[in-house]
Amino acid sequence: MTNKSIYIKNESLSVDAAYQYILDERSGGNCIFVGSIRDLNMKKTVRSIDFDCYDAMALKEMHKIADELFSAYEITRILMHHRKGLVKIKDIAVIIAVSAIHRDAAFAACRTAIDALKKRVPIWKKEFYQDGHYWINSTP
Amino acid sequence: MEYSIWCFGIARDIVGAPRLLIQLDTSSSVADLKEKINRMYEGFGQLKTYRIAVNQNIADDQTILSAGDEIAIIPPVSGG
Repeated sequence: MTNKSIYIKNESLSVDAAYQYILDERSGGNCIFVGSIRDLNMKKTVRSIDFDCYDAMALKEMHKIADELFSAYEITRILMHHRKGLVKIKDIAVIIAVSAIHRDAAFAACRTAIDALKKRVPIWKKEFYQDGHYWINSTP
Repeated sequence: MEYSIWCFGIARDIVGAPRLLIQLDTSSSVADLKEKINRMYEGFGQLKTYRIAVNQNIADDQTILSAGDEIAIIPPVSGG
């Protein structure tokens, strides 16, 4: 078994499966971040979101982030899973799960991973409203 | 030389297709490519910014394009 699980897929993400993946006999601290789709953004009611993705580059960047985290923190396993395609309110968009010997490293690496993913990984979010749509971050 | 450019996110909406074919002189740079894209589609002028990836790495404006490069337009990302 490898110590990182990274993928982008067009089907539901499972928190249970993520937890099972990071469980490790060496680890006492497990941290899981789950990003889900909320129904309000910029005072507009969101109906759904479409994630577009440059798969090859996104996966490469996610692996790079995971490798950086293994160098920076004493962690045991890391999982980064992201949705693509059309998702509904309350669906899971992203799961970051990290296990470590102690909780401090698990918390810190989990936080660093989601921040880096949001900043560096080529994935784009198009929100759909009652009266139109908007590519988040793209225009002023 | 003809280059095939992958378009993602809002770039795909601006271009109206997932792929854009662009003619550029041999030894053109990323800056030359962006200038041509901006002239062809004024929608790119309305973006906060965008970058060009060459072979799955963000490229600076001075990067020279070569035949066979995998090139993509990268608007501001918004995953997570």
